Amino acid sequence: QANPFQHRICRVFSTSDDGDDSMSFEDFLDMLSVFSESATSDIKSHYAFRIFDFDDDGTLDRKDLEKLVNCLTGQGEESRLSNAEMEQLIQNILEESDIDKDGAINLSEFQHVVSRSPDFTSSFKIVL
Amino acid sequence: MSRSRPPSVTLRVPEDTESDGQEPSPDSEGALHTSFHQLIQEQSSLVEAGLELEMQARGREHPARLDPPDACAAAWPEPGQGEQHPGYSSASLRILASMPSRTIGRSRGAIISQYYNRTARLRRRSSRPPLQHLCRTARPSLRQYDLETDPARATLEDKRSLLVKELLSLSPGQRSHMLLTVPLSLAEKRTLRQELSGQRGAPRQHRVPSSPCGWSKDDIALSCRGLWYRLLSLLPAAQPWHYALKQIGGRFGSSVLSYFLFLKTLLMFNIVPLLILLVFVVALQAAYPPASASPRPFTGLELLTGAGYFTHSLLYYGYYSNATLNDPCASSPNGSACPLAAPPLPYNMPLAYVFSVGVSFLITCVLLVYSMSRSFGESYRVGSSTGDLAARVFSAWDFKVVQRRSVKLQSKNICTQLKELLAEQRSRSRSLSLCQRLGHCAVLLLAWALALGTVLGCVLAVRYLSEHMHAVQQGHRARGSGQRWQEAVPLVLPLVVSLLNALMPHLYNLLALWERQDSPVARLYVAICRNLLLKMVVLGLLCYQWLSRRVVCSAEECWETCVGQDLYRFMVMDFIFTLLDTFFGELVWRLILEKRLKRKQRPEFDIARNVLQLIYGQTLTWLGVLFAPLLPAVQMLKLLLLFYIKKTSLMQNCRSPSKPWQASHMSTVFVTLLCFPSFLGAAVFLSYTIWSVRPSDTCGPFRGLETIYKSGKTWVQVLERSNPNIGWLAWAHQHLLQDTFLLFLVSGVLLAVTYFNVQVVRGQRRIIRLLKEQIANEGEDKIFLIQKLHAVYEQRERRA
Repeated sequence: QANPFQHRICRVFSTSDDGDDSMSFEDFLDMLSVFSESATSDIKSHYAFRIFDFDDDGTLDRKDLEKLVNCLTGQGEESRLSNAEMEQLIQNILEESDIDKDGAINLSEFQHVVSRSPDFTSSFKIVL
Repeated sequence: MSRSRPPSVTLRVPEDTESDGQEPSPDSEGALHTSFHQLIQEQSSLVEAGLELEMQARGREHPARLDPPDACAAAWPEPGQGEQHPGYSSASLRILASMPSRTIGRSRGAIISQYYNRTARLRRRSSRPPLQHLCRTARPSLRQYDLETDPARATLEDKRSLLVKELLSLSPGQRSHMLLTVPLSLAEKRTLRQELSGQRGAPRQHRVPSSPCGWSKDDIALSCRGLWYRLLSLLPAAQPWHYALKQIGGRFGSSVLSYFLFLKTLLMFNIVPLLILLVFVVALQAAYPPASASPRPFTGLELLTGAGYFTHSLLYYGYYSNATLNDPCASSPNGSACPLAAPPLPYNMPLAYVFSVGVSFLITCVLLVYSMSRSFGESYRVGSSTGDLAARVFSAWDFKVVQRRSVKLQSKNICTQLKELLAEQRSRSRSLSLCQRLGHCAVLLLAWALALGTVLGCVLAVRYLSEHMHAVQQGHRARGSGQRWQEAVPLVLPLVVSLLNALMPHLYNLLALWERQDSPVARLYVAICRNLLLKMVVLGLLCYQWLSRRVVCSAEECWETCVGQDLYRFMVMDFIFTLLDTFFGELVWRLILEKRLKRKQRPEFDIARNVLQLIYGQTLTWLGVLFAPLLPAVQMLKLLLLFYIKKTSLMQNCRSPSKPWQASHMSTVFVTLLCFPSFLGAAVFLSYTIWSVRPSDTCGPFRGLETIYKSGKTWVQVLERSNPNIGWLAWAHQHLLQDTFLLFLVSGVLLAVTYFNVQVVRGQRRIIRLLKEQIANEGEDKIFLIQKLHAVYEQRERRA
């Protein structure tokens, strides 16, 4: 898989005890059911939040957002955003989605923001 | 509200010793996460190292699944405060990490309590809860329940049993829906389901079975649901092109996929009129062919011109009879008396024709409005005034894309898109000088003037060409030239129109490059606008020519067949030019780019232009349904071929577009464009033809009548005379359809409903603003309380 989020996906869906992010068949089924067409938007946004939360602390703070944008734009040097652009982008994102102004986005705020984008359900989908 | 009363609750801070017994863990009650390790190590210089080592050891010993996220190991500090107060004690960090807003996304226990709350609220839905209880994703709030019964304080198993109890009180449908939507792992759901069936089994023995078979309602509902799911699993196999669409989506993403989905939708829209017309009109007429002149021999040219063999066939209006089919009296010669009294199953052809066309248009209208309102509902949100950069970033990654090269391309696209958005924001905040603004305005005006000028030029060209062709045709007819020549001449006009339609978009693209609009979305809309304007104006001119019949089909006796043939020719030419455009625009261009210019880049797949071509073709079909009932079949064939050709060309020659594309928003725009200029125009054309145009005297189902509408009217009068009981139908027809009072009433009601909805939306916007302010206030409260908490802990440590 060439998906930049592959590690996060494995981490989130794995229920193994050793912490090595291995996925059993049931975990695989879980993953496919979340990414399928019939999963509700609630479930998708819940798992998307967990995938984007790179440090697993329950909120999307600045570092998480920075890592997210870097994953989105790719690994090459020419396709990264400059520091100023990154700052501006993160500032904008926090302004728009952080309603209680605590500097981080928690699950409810994330679900609220994502519900405004009609593309989310169709892009958070893997077709078999 | 809460700011007026300072918090008077004495904080019962859990002692360190208390946390020894229960195992803290932030993430699914598993081992400690590495980030928390790091944070603990950061704090170790200020906190006793012993405590930290103890916690680490416990983490390895108890991979427990039982414990609540009560006292977690550590948390990421608030970014603002973290820098100001680096000396947070680990105990206070522990409390921070257990905040409901942080645990809700992570730990199983919190998810279970959240769903317990939701299920309880579902059960109590009959009584209207106060406003403070109405929150979409409810945190296990302490306000709703007493602290003793608060499920957030219970252990995992208690929470599970509470949830199971609540689920049992729901109906089976709601229960399975709840189970499906709980974001837990499969193992958890299986345990829940086992507990549910276990608990359900016990009371069943005490209950008398409600039906004689011993099956309860639950069983029937569950078995039906199982059957339904099994049917649904077969559905992808039955869907056409499922694999092809998946391939396209996987390689090119949602944007190009939206074109193919639109094509599929158009195919569905064409099936309805085709079926209706086929069943009610075409098949019956084919069973009772009229005794007409012998048909001309079939030459290959018919497929292109639609004339010749096709002229007197089922394809066109002229073939259909104007009498009642299946009537033995009609087939007997005129003078003799009719032996039989009444036909066994009379079938009035003219009525069938006009009603089928009307009903198919009505059903298409309903389908269009339904799909438009559904996609509108998805893409429009009340109260989204601050822009949607965050939403776009979060939904930017298309998980469907699987090929490595496409993934890299997607990353590059997202990067470009984000940079453009940020640049646009910066330029918006930067105010331009007056000179620059004037210059920009002048360029815009000039570009628009050029575009409108070209549209006008094209229209005039088409008009003069049609007049010229008419003169040429008159000349040929007078001279008596060959049949072939006469049939080839009418092809010139469709050829020129399709050529214009194919070339002008490229011109508009060049114009847009020169214009250099700031935002790429605006550029896209402007391009679509110009293309659409050109196509619709040319079509309008053609419709006027067809209806007035001064230059087109003026000499024909059966003008409807002539118009039908013209439309058929337009459709065929459109198809041919689409093929040529695909061939030259994509294949040849790619070869040129690769061989001559040695560039690795392939040409882009221009979605907007292709979609507009589809809309144009569909408009032609709708315009022509009255004159050529089998035109939807031709269109369906065309769409089928187009799908495969476009897909092959896409796979071989193109790359995905580099411009930003919001797939669902653009789908809404396309369906709206299909409905408004396209379908509405066709409906207006049809209504005008039915109400006011005089049909020809020698052919077709309406020969000799004043207007097509009169046939319906005479039928109603005949009905009234023959059967006085249905006099109400005539009354209804006269008063409802022809009286203007009803129209005023209906528009008045519509206006009132619109005004009401606008007020509701305004009220909702106000509430959203108030709620946002309230949340911001609560956020400030939270920061204040956290600071107090840290101060308390610091004091305690300083004392200790």
